[in-house]
Amino acid sequence: MADMNMIKALNSALEVQLQKDKNVVIFGEDVGYFGGVFRVTDGLQKKFGEHRVFDSPLAEGGIAAVAMGMGLNGLRPVAEIQFADYIFPAYDQIVNEIAKVRHRSGGEFTAPLTFRTPAGGGIKGGHHHSQSPEAQFTHTPGLKVVYCSTPYNAKGLLTSAIECNDPVIFFEPKRCYRGPFYGDPHNVPTWSGHPDAEVPTEHYTVPLEQARVVREGAACTVIAWGTMVHVCEQAIKDSGIDCELIDLQTLVPWDRDTVVNSIEKTGRCVIVHEAPKTSGFGAEMSASIQERCFYHLEAPITRVTGWDTPFPHTTEWDYLPSTERIAKAIKNTQEE
Amino acid sequence: MTDRTTATTKPYTIGRPPFRPGDEADFGGAFTEQPEDLSRPDPLTCSAQDTVEHAVGLVRVLNDKHEAKGDWNPELSSETLIQGLEYMMRLRIFDDRMIKMQRTGKLSFYMRSFGEEAIAIAQTMALETQDWIFPSYRQPGAQFVRGRDMVSMICHCIGNTEDNVKGRQMPVHYTWKEGRFISISSPVGTQFSQAVGVAMASAYKGDDEVCISWLGDGTSAQGDYHYALNFASTFKPPVILNVVNNQWAISTHANLATGGRTFAERGLAYDIPSIRVDGNDFLALYSVTKWARDRAGAGLGATHIEVYTYRAGAHSSSDDPSAYRPSDEFECWPGGDPIERLKSHLITAKLWDEKRHTALAKKIDDEVMKSYKEACEFGDLASGPYPPASTIFTEVYESVPWHVQEQREELGK
Repeated sequence: MADMNMIKALNSALEVQLQKDKNVVIFGEDVGYFGGVFRVTDGLQKKFGEHRVFDSPLAEGGIAAVAMGMGLNGLRPVAEIQFADYIFPAYDQIVNEIAKVRHRSGGEFTAPLTFRTPAGGGIKGGHHHSQSPEAQFTHTPGLKVVYCSTPYNAKGLLTSAIECNDPVIFFEPKRCYRGPFYGDPHNVPTWSGHPDAEVPTEHYTVPLEQARVVREGAACTVIAWGTMVHVCEQAIKDSGIDCELIDLQTLVPWDRDTVVNSIEKTGRCVIVHEAPKTSGFGAEMSASIQERCFYHLEAPITRVTGWDTPFPHTTEWDYLPSTERIAKAIKNTQEE
Repeated sequence: MTDRTTATTKPYTIGRPPFRPGDEADFGGAFTEQPEDLSRPDPLTCSAQDTVEHAVGLVRVLNDKHEAKGDWNPELSSETLIQGLEYMMRLRIFDDRMIKMQRTGKLSFYMRSFGEEAIAIAQTMALETQDWIFPSYRQPGAQFVRGRDMVSMICHCIGNTEDNVKGRQMPVHYTWKEGRFISISSPVGTQFSQAVGVAMASAYKGDDEVCISWLGDGTSAQGDYHYALNFASTFKPPVILNVVNNQWAISTHANLATGGRTFAERGLAYDIPSIRVDGNDFLALYSVTKWARDRAGAGLGATHIEVYTYRAGAHSSSDDPSAYRPSDEFECWPGGDPIERLKSHLITAKLWDEKRHTALAKKIDDEVMKSYKEACEFGDLASGPYPPASTIFTEVYESVPWHVQEQREELGK
């Protein structure tokens, strides 16, 4: 067990996989010698060799296609897309090729692979270093979509993703790489001393398809993923309301039982994500919960999300769901 | 080398095909390029620079008198040549039967390889059996070389209960893992850069495997083509990357696909040895592909090949080329018919005759018809049976997740 931030935990997951399975190879932009712009692959090339951890040309479409080809031929590539905002040149390869090859080939060919990609706002990254495009992938059958939030689940989920025989899009909330974020940009702690920064150095998994109950409560269910998990934790404290906080962890397939059981208990639900509201994954959650839990609901399901606008630069704190907006939404569910 | 025809240069340049319906197609008779024009560089020492002439010229072996000539003559045995002829005839007869089935409503869609039969067949014959085939939709012929049963192919085209991809793909989108024939996909060009990844995996594992892939002149405008060349140039995996320049991407002529002179030449910019080959010359195709295989197998990386041919038929059963090109253009095109050319070569060399040819064609046609009837026993297009509806929900993931299972139960089948 060691005290790790999310970067170290992800690095540890990759190191264990490289050690365990000779078919694991890592590549992407700047991931080799330099160790990645966020340092997630730091030291891995030196330890495992340039043929296993290497820099690729700057072409996400090429990275995705080459990863698929490697997966078809027995390897288990873990490719990094440097920012989730830059995944779109790879969109055709991911949506039409990688997601469908098992089905379209009658199961004869599969491409097990993982795309890791830093996502989300809060680093002053403007339009193109801040987006959280999970819903662009949850809409594609054949993909599993994962969003980690702490060092502990980052390592455990990434391990499960790499070992999974289906393709996985793995989102890393870059705002939380070095510390949890509670919504106050002027007071950003590190992971040091946080219970979820206690990470085993050896192999372990956090299963895909399993949500994490961060906090139990009876008055309202709050569902979030990525950075918003921590912002919600603070907002719940601020609201003074006894909420149950669920970190979804895997978006496709999401953990039906944990969510449904919680809402049957609380009768109220707030869904929080950074991405724009329209067609965000919160819409899917809201509709599914309504279909399953209608007669348990005491108040309308509420979404607190990023706005339906491009992600801003200097005004990003007014874009991202704030503790105030979330706390207000929680309180509103109690007034129905 | 191609002189690009343009309609106008102002306000910008719009390419145009040499002929439109109503024009008298005239390509000036025979090719000016001859088998003796180009030397065959040593595959084990050849650099991209050594192929400059090959990238703008045209590698040929069969001359206009049907003789095999020049440095590139692969000196194949009569058995191999007759086998190649047999595969090409099989593909054409198969295609002709299948397009008739399509026209009478027995298949939903079809795509022929008409005029391009030599490509996948000669090139696959030049490879080793462990090599990966990563085709576009106009290389189904590789499956005949690898020995796929026609019944299985027809079951796929019908989409019946014996379709190995369970009715999930349009006809001609074959998958055949046993023959190392990777699943064909409709978005054009995606396979090209994936093929580089397949080859990198072979190299990583230390396996003596090469991956070959094809795309068309039109598709070579896609990013995937350039990703493939650049990654192949950077990592030098054992891959053979072919641009099949059949001059027509549905109705878009190659003159609207590029402003460059040849497609082969583009490979030189990536420092990949690049060769333009007569795509209707079985011997030249075999020879160039064997040369590329030798390079790949020796760890020297990719070869880029422009296969210069002509799409003799429609793009697909949904296309009518008389709307955009002269109907007799194929007859005027100097490249001729790949089957006729190999047949004439064999007859000239006294290895073949019309009688044997006719008898072989009849035998193949009988086999195709027998296979079609056998395939229909597993379901025909009009009345099925088709794969069960439950196959919609399987193999989306390794196991069926709860939300997909719920939807399957909702369908109730």
